[in-house]
Amino acid sequence: MATNVQISSKSGEKPEAHSSTLGYAALALGWLIPGAGHVLVKRPIRGLLLFISIASMFVLGVAMQGKLYTPNAGEILNILGFIGDLGAGLLYVVARALDFGHNPVQIATADYGTKFAVVAGLLNFIAAIDAHNIGIGRKS
Amino acid sequence: MNFAPSHFAAVLLFAAFASVVFGITQRSTTQAMVKYGLYCFALFVAAVIGAGWLMWLVRR
Repeated sequence: MATNVQISSKSGEKPEAHSSTLGYAALALGWLIPGAGHVLVKRPIRGLLLFISIASMFVLGVAMQGKLYTPNAGEILNILGFIGDLGAGLLYVVARALDFGHNPVQIATADYGTKFAVVAGLLNFIAAIDAHNIGIGRKS
Repeated sequence: MNFAPSHFAAVLLFAAFASVVFGITQRSTTQAMVKYGLYCFALFVAAVIGAGWLMWLVRR
């Protein structure tokens, strides 16, 4: 990191600032829309595969009657569940706006659905950070 | 909207989606991504089958 800054200042340009901006834009966009961060850093195939995987996982979780956690200050597991769900970005916002994820868990697959939705959000965090790493040049 | 897969189908779906993300994010080249994704998928499924047999033994 420090080496890159030194190189940038020697050349008189500001590629670090540009890549940093691109990196954070990819991070934010990748969080909001799964895979969009990779499209922004010119990895459209990876972005498409990530979108299909993460969106399918989240949608199937909701379709299995899984629960979507709401903002809360109660038990730690509920807070962590909300953070996981929130990782899905706009998918979570849309699902909440359409009033999905309110059914009480009555069957085993509904519990699986809750986990599908949480893990989809957590996987999207990983994907967004990967897009950020590509954007700043840490990964090819 | 209602989807109720069997337990094993749910495992296969979970393993497939998670493996795709792991493969893409944890490796840099296409070949390495495919290999790592398949490796993760196999580990997910093997772990579930192993845990299933373990629970069967505990139950007996």
